[in-house]
Amino acid sequence: MFEITTHPIEAAALGGHMHSSSCGAVVTFEGRVRDHNEGQSVLSLSYEAFEKLAVKEGAKIIEEAAQRFAINKACCVHRIGHLQIGDVAIWVGVCAGHRHAAFQACEYVIEQVKSRVPIWKKEFYEGATSHWIRMNVLSATASERF
Amino acid sequence: MKEITIHYYASLRDLRGCAQETLSTEAESALQLFDELQRDQKLPSNRSHLKLAINDEFQAWETSLRSGDRVAFLPPFAGG
Repeated sequence: MFEITTHPIEAAALGGHMHSSSCGAVVTFEGRVRDHNEGQSVLSLSYEAFEKLAVKEGAKIIEEAAQRFAINKACCVHRIGHLQIGDVAIWVGVCAGHRHAAFQACEYVIEQVKSRVPIWKKEFYEGATSHWIRMNVLSATASERF
Repeated sequence: MKEITIHYYASLRDLRGCAQETLSTEAESALQLFDELQRDQKLPSNRSHLKLAINDEFQAWETSLRSGDRVAFLPPFAGG
């Protein structure tokens, strides 16, 4: 399961769905909004997604995790909209017979989601300034205009 | 001529000044369409870090365009 949501992520409730009598390991990951990035104080974040494509690509990643690792189930939820410091932006949960596969699958999901799913993040700083993350990789001509 | 709708997200929307636009073009491929749009400087000159979607699927830049296609040029992802 891969979901995009505009609502707060209830990590404890999601984790409750990961239990199974055949699972000896449950690994969960919470990506939270932190108050700094690359030397700047961050006040809040905004996420947006190309939702239709994001859900398709996210579902592929979950399927891949199930094929690559000996797990019973993997789930990922990504929140979009305006988030405050400490809010959960992404939650990944994996249950498996043994911990090694669960850890590996959890890391696989978060790494693949970050690189392949069309979601963007804007940081807001003091002084009413803001910045789209990873825009510096575009041409200097373009990035100067952001 | 083909009628193509182009969607912009995040930084590209800011740069382009709109979330979507529809235009008539003779561009044969998404690459030709990007080059055509880039001439007014409202898209990055370097597309090597951009991805492309046509009709809600990732596609290669050389993909042929058909009238009615929905094209999206996607800036670098930053989820998580």
